[in-house]
Amino acid sequence: MIPLQPPRRLIDVQIDGETVRVPEGATILDACRAAGKDVPTLCYGDTLTPKNACRVCVVEVEGARTLAPACSRKAEAGMKVGTGTERARHSRKVVLELLGSSVDLSTTPRAAEWTAEYGADPARFGADAATVAQPAKVDNDLYVRDYSKCILCYKCVDACGDQWQNTFAIAVAGRGFDATISTEFDAPLTDSACVYCGNCVEVCPTGALSFRTEFDMRAEGTWDESRQSETTTVCSYCGVGCNLTLHVQDNKIVKVTSPHDNPVTKGNLCVKGRFGYGYV
Amino acid sequence: MDIRFRDAEPSEEERAAVDAVLGPPASGWEGGARSAADLRFAARSEPRRDLLLPALHAVNDRVGWISEGALDYVCRRLTVPPAEAYGVATFYSLFSLSPRPKRVLHVCTDLACQAKGGQRLRDQVEQRLGPPGGSWQESPCLGLCERAPAALALEAGRPPRAEVYAPADADEMARTPADAVAGAPSPDGGGPHLDVPGDAPAVAAVPQAGQDGLVLLRRAGRVDPGSLDDYRATGGYLALRRAFELGPAGVIREVLDSGLVGRGGAAFPTGRKWDATARQPDHPHYLVCNADESEPGTFKDRVLMENDPYALVEAMTVAAYATGCPKGYLYLRGEYPRAAARLRHAIATARARGLLGTDILGKGFSFDIELRLGAGAYLCGEETAIFNSIEGYRGEPRSKPPFPVEKGLFGKPTVVNNVETLVNVLPILERGAPVYAEAEPKLFCVSGAVERPGVYELTFGATLRELLELAGTTGTPRAVLLGGAAGAFVTDLDIPLTFEGTRNAGATLGSGVVLVLDDTVDLKRLILRIAAFFRDESCGQCVPCRVGTVRQEEALHRLSRRVSHEDLLLLREVGRTMRDASICGLGQTAWNAVESAIDRLGVYE
Repeated sequence: MIPLQPPRRLIDVQIDGETVRVPEGATILDACRAAGKDVPTLCYGDTLTPKNACRVCVVEVEGARTLAPACSRKAEAGMKVGTGTERARHSRKVVLELLGSSVDLSTTPRAAEWTAEYGADPARFGADAATVAQPAKVDNDLYVRDYSKCILCYKCVDACGDQWQNTFAIAVAGRGFDATISTEFDAPLTDSACVYCGNCVEVCPTGALSFRTEFDMRAEGTWDESRQSETTTVCSYCGVGCNLTLHVQDNKIVKVTSPHDNPVTKGNLCVKGRFGYGYV
Repeated sequence: MDIRFRDAEPSEEERAAVDAVLGPPASGWEGGARSAADLRFAARSEPRRDLLLPALHAVNDRVGWISEGALDYVCRRLTVPPAEAYGVATFYSLFSLSPRPKRVLHVCTDLACQAKGGQRLRDQVEQRLGPPGGSWQESPCLGLCERAPAALALEAGRPPRAEVYAPADADEMARTPADAVAGAPSPDGGGPHLDVPGDAPAVAAVPQAGQDGLVLLRRAGRVDPGSLDDYRATGGYLALRRAFELGPAGVIREVLDSGLVGRGGAAFPTGRKWDATARQPDHPHYLVCNADESEPGTFKDRVLMENDPYALVEAMTVAAYATGCPKGYLYLRGEYPRAAARLRHAIATARARGLLGTDILGKGFSFDIELRLGAGAYLCGEETAIFNSIEGYRGEPRSKPPFPVEKGLFGKPTVVNNVETLVNVLPILERGAPVYAEAEPKLFCVSGAVERPGVYELTFGATLRELLELAGTTGTPRAVLLGGAAGAFVTDLDIPLTFEGTRNAGATLGSGVVLVLDDTVDLKRLILRIAAFFRDESCGQCVPCRVGTVRQEEALHRLSRRVSHEDLLLLREVGRTMRDASICGLGQTAWNAVESAIDRLGVYE
């Protein structure tokens, strides 16, 4: 079922000199994608309100003093946007360097590709550059928090809080480079308000949050996405009918995600759907 | 909202501190003792999140730190998730979430103090009190630059006490708390306590005090800042009466005609901001006075508020009348105890005399001011971060658009003005826009290598040289830092001190900082402090600022040991990205002073 939306006016926006027509209220990113441009994003979540914290999607808007985050800035009629200008590419390169030098991006999809594309060299800050390296927090059987991979995109906080789950088990604590995702008083997850819906794992763009199965298999060196198959099915626990995507490797379920285009759940599940597959 | 609390109990003292601000809990549903009756009904909690910062202050100011039990109790009372409240509490540097002594000495490490021997002071304090983190800590600019080096002692208790040391003496500061507060006025001795021990008279901060022809500083040192009668006897509340004659649209027209632009640093036309807010169909409108003056080297707003608090109250009333705001928030930085005491008194007195509240002066206009104290975060002076802070969220900036005039505090149209900007509105109305515009006053915060540091009032058009002749330089001047840590170094003293003049010189008036550096100052060290300041004060929201300020500081440390072309290039690239891609002004300006030090002063040649 595709819910119908009220008709919207269309506006013309220039992306790299090419005019595209997008509905009023669309973001610059929507317009870029309509124009077939590949603008990198990390903190952008297709099911979440843009936080525009990572700044890898910045583009140059004619007449603006600073670069604009494509994921959140609304497109305006007549706006002239440059996605690949020297200024925009320079900022993306340095942002990727800043991230790559402070955070472990090894499990971030497309990070290596963008680093190469923009000619970013995270090693230039030297071996003594400060990082967020720390031991992974393995305090429960369902998922692992490896904050050495956290780029502080706020997506897990938004998914846990008022945007989806309404549990508010985690928030950003501290300030500046020392800011971290934290439970209250940095308590173990098992003592926190967490209900293990795993919606934070679903939206994490870097693998800082991962299934315990994935974490353990990566540690053993047996995690291999090329050998995994995905099957979308319906959760059998209750009558809501949430869609599950089972990721199977060697005939074993290794993790469960949920399609983001499902109009009911939009990628969200509860603890049973996400983690309760032991009986299969 | 499904909130899980932890079962940490507050102490009696913590509970009392919170209840003193929020009132006693009505039922077991909001943190009171659970009774049988509570189980017979379900309660819907009213959102009171905007009281989070005052409640955290209440605990921290009474006990000295915020325990898990206290935080949990605050969360129950306000229906705030504990993880979020923890995130808010850890955002502010004046709050502690681990036990510490009741009396904590905050020793300023910032630019003006550093130029006046701040490092020596810190070394002495460390010798006497041990490493920082316990009974003393290093602090960003305390806004006492005219009497540098400075320190501020904050002592938790009922009531909390503060004591100023400026210029600070390590021996004096090392006294035991009992000695230190012996001279403080009794909290229950009746009468308003408008003074803070150790603070200096007006003339110490306003060398021009008592001179004729001053506009913004005309009352400094001349009237009793606690007396509404003095204020009225010296022209107070004439501007508000004039505003009532003109009507809201007339007031905005005068402000537009005056050409007044914001004095907080961004120089946006005030009249246009007011007009845009007044026109918004969405209601209520809010007024926010930005008194979170934290730019290193800036202290003009403190001096204005301490010496002429009623002027700010009146100016806020005029602004609220013009823009249709029933409520105004005065957001004051937590490091200004004397300004807080004097403003609190001024607001209460004005309210008691019918100059705030309902039906002001019988004109059918209602407006009231709530004083909100910050808790140590430079970023909260950013015009949108201030909204988050007031609403009880982390003081992170919001992305713009939407702009505050459209969606600001509580999502409503909001006009945000700096203290000095607002106070300028009074002479505009009293004299009329043309007369005001002929000799437009501007305040400058002069500190560093000068004979008479302090706040100076000049009319636009004066040059830096004329200002320095008033203050009298000492030693051999090497450079002037104009506009604070987010400003730029200049060496040309003939720059006209106007917005255009400084812009043409590749600098900015910013918040009016004029920090004079002579050749005894270690410039590399000063620049390192600027970099450390931005690294400390970054909220951490966006990558260019969160990581960029760290990389900038690292590169400057390397450069201060050995000059390398790679590090200079790296600084330029990171600096350009911070300026281009950061969410707010903090990241966008974090490279300004460093860049000008490299390019104009040749620090690393």
